[in-house]
Amino acid sequence: MTHRVSDAVEIPDPNAVLSVRGLRLRYGDRVVLDRLDLDVREHECVVLLGASGSGKSTLLRAIDLLEDVEDGVIALRGVDVTDPRVDADAVRARLGLVFQAFNLFGHLTVLDNLTLAPRLVHGQDRRTAEQAALAMLERVGLAGREASYPEQLSGGQQQRAAIARALVTSPDLLLLDEVTSALDPALVGEVLDLLADVRASGTTMLVATHELGFARRVADRVCFLHEGRVWEEGPPSIIESPTTAELAAFLGSP
Amino acid sequence: MRHTVRVTHGDQGGWTPSPVARERAAFRAGRRRRSFLLALGSTLVLVVAAVLVVVTSPGWERTRSSFFDLDVATEVLPGLLEGLWLNVRVWVITVVVALLLGLGLAILRTSASPVLFPLRALAAAYVDVFRGLPLLLVLLLVGFGLPSLRLSWLPIDAVYLGTGAIVLTYTAYTAEIFRSGIGAVHPAQLTAARALGLTRWQTTRRVVVPQAVRNTTPALLNTVVSLQKDSGLISILGAVDAIRAAQIEVTGAYNFTPYVVAGVLFLLISIPLTRAVDAYSERRGWGATRPAAGVAR
Repeated sequence: MTHRVSDAVEIPDPNAVLSVRGLRLRYGDRVVLDRLDLDVREHECVVLLGASGSGKSTLLRAIDLLEDVEDGVIALRGVDVTDPRVDADAVRARLGLVFQAFNLFGHLTVLDNLTLAPRLVHGQDRRTAEQAALAMLERVGLAGREASYPEQLSGGQQQRAAIARALVTSPDLLLLDEVTSALDPALVGEVLDLLADVRASGTTMLVATHELGFARRVADRVCFLHEGRVWEEGPPSIIESPTTAELAAFLGSP
Repeated sequence: MRHTVRVTHGDQGGWTPSPVARERAAFRAGRRRRSFLLALGSTLVLVVAAVLVVVTSPGWERTRSSFFDLDVATEVLPGLLEGLWLNVRVWVITVVVALLLGLGLAILRTSASPVLFPLRALAAAYVDVFRGLPLLLVLLLVGFGLPSLRLSWLPIDAVYLGTGAIVLTYTAYTAEIFRSGIGAVHPAQLTAARALGLTRWQTTRRVVVPQAVRNTTPALLNTVVSLQKDSGLISILGAVDAIRAAQIEVTGAYNFTPYVVAGVLFLLISIPLTRAVDAYSERRGWGATRPAAGVAR
């Protein structure tokens, strides 16, 4: 499982929600992901750690089929979605992605941000979509703000709205790309509390973050990315007692 | 599995494409071939249909002899080329002058100095008037109105007056483009410049204008392209440019081929120019040709 004898891509785990095997991705000459393996199982919360440029964001973007991969397999529930014959829009409709900079649509109210995909992609009528959206806003603590525009909200509120937008379609897997990095420290807590709540509700999550506290508190498993691959992975306790020198150096311990 | 620590050691050696990657590459190559053949096929169908419609029309024989006469075309070509050279010179001069004056006007209109208020008001009035007047009308008024003043120092040559009229109109256009570009520079940039101790003018000159020019380059290049063809409008004043030369030939020969030749000559300049502008924009990342930039599939 750990070492590969040839460059042949291994069979992905059919029981995992997400199963990545031998993923390789390049920007020009720079190899960002180099034969990376990763599994995320049902109801699991996996945290990706790693220095800036270690490929965390790229991995999340590749899983959401926003990047072309050079080699390897990304399987969702056993189906290889990197195959160019697969309808990428249908795959993305089953995934939720939350961005570092929120990426809410500025020309739409919070409610319309939440109902856009349910109505256009999932074919819900306006009433059904709005009911689900209002319930979701209540859950993320934004009840009453549905008519606001993103710029009228604080950063933390915007990010909670963005998380609500990703959750309202009940994705198989929620991808979170450093969702607290653009927030000032006072606002980080409210977003992390929401994520812990989302985690407790059983949503399968893959989280790129610099928040070690969040990893300790919420993660089932921690994966440390280095040189384009999962360098060390294990339970959150590896943050306290890293095995590899690279993870220790990243954590800043002696 | 979940509670075991897995460690991956350093270099696992060189990478060769897996069978999966090779199969995908082959599939993509096949799909590219298919796309190319489809594009080729649909283009052929369209071209053949268009040619058939024109060639089978009842008046085609007459149209061909009066618009596409090769002998007439070769005969008038030297004269038209000479006229086109005038168009090119007028074009280059109007581009340079309209861009410089337009930038100056835009900076003036966005300035805050109270002393400059009358100039700002004047500039606003100028832009309002010349942006709203049809270019043809400006040409006629300048071309026939100014000479009637009989000012001895004013040139009455149609080329100079026509160039002046085009500059008047296009300066108003470019001024508005530059002004929108200046307005689009983020206020934080001004704050940062002033925080460093730069004066208002230094901020405008070193921070705002460079970003405004970059923001508006696609729109300005578009204006440059339309100036190229509008340079032909000076023919209305009697300047012998490519269009006027064609007109003279048409009246002499009772044949419309010179117009077609003039049209082809204009296109020979404007189409490569447009392509060059597109290629430049694409390289700078302003391209409008990538509908889903940032999304691979």
